[in-house]
Amino acid sequence: MSPPGTDGAGLRVRPYAMTGGRTRSNTELAIETILVRTAAGDVRAERMSMERGDILRLCREPSSVAEISAHLHLPLGVARVLAGDLCDEGFLDFNREHATSERPSLRLLERVFDGLQAL
Amino acid sequence: MVSRPSEMSPADAGPGGGGGPAPLPVKIVIAGGFAVGKTTFVGSISEIEPLTTEAALTKVSEGIDDTSKVVTKTSTTVAMDFGRIGLGEDLVLYLFGTPGQDRFWFMWDDLVRGAIGAVVLIDTRRLEDCFPAVDYFEEAGLPFVVAMNCFDGTASHTPEAVREALGISIDTPIVLTDARDRVSTKSTLIELVQHALARATV
Repeated sequence: MSPPGTDGAGLRVRPYAMTGGRTRSNTELAIETILVRTAAGDVRAERMSMERGDILRLCREPSSVAEISAHLHLPLGVARVLAGDLCDEGFLDFNREHATSERPSLRLLERVFDGLQAL
Repeated sequence: MVSRPSEMSPADAGPGGGGGPAPLPVKIVIAGGFAVGKTTFVGSISEIEPLTTEAALTKVSEGIDDTSKVVTKTSTTVAMDFGRIGLGEDLVLYLFGTPGQDRFWFMWDDLVRGAIGAVVLIDTRRLEDCFPAVDYFEEAGLPFVVAMNCFDGTASHTPEAVREALGISIDTPIVLTDARDRVSTKSTLIELVQHALARATV
């Protein structure tokens, strides 16, 4: 078993300091939720600072919460709260068909099946 | 106010960047014991190099020193590898490998919520490593397939023997796979989606 917490160098910030101690935002995102920048987000992307700005700039290409976490080296929970905030503020958006708490519908499963077969 | 001619493209045409709505994500969980080949499996079919995300957690554990009854909080992180497969224009399949250590169960709830199902990768030499995953998915009612990872192209046990050892129901598929081989991992994923479809139509 490998020991946890053996990541690289750099000054470690207590993770939830970046979110003001919050572990959730008003918009609850799943780890796989894909975020895209809105027109308002495009306008603000270059001016926003810190992690929030990094997230907006990364989401120039549609990026999931997991991808934001991985690319920006943010803990998953922190990426989720910050991206949720940016959705609340109208800078990011996601596909509202995505029902995070439910099993995929029959129709969606069929699309995945067809998509995999076409690979 | 003077109304603008209609050919002026409005700035409020929804998401910017690439335009159009955000892609719809779906996910499959890749589970199994430590070093059974989960990341290899993900990497063989992912269109990106598998990425690693970390969850920070605070573990509250009671000290073993009886005289002090110390309760300590330790911050640590747990790593999880994942990959992605674009399925057409607006659909993306994510493959999430479960964290290897059993004590990170709490993360599984997040992983499993809304998932299509799970692939439980097994190495028959260490079959017991997959017991926690099978227990978890049975309990959660999540469709899963058992995939025997055959490193050298041959299985040392029959699927029937594995089914008996795991005590899983006859309708749970058991397949042979080679985690390094894209064709093999692809057909394992198709098997799972087929199983999920069958479960959804019952």
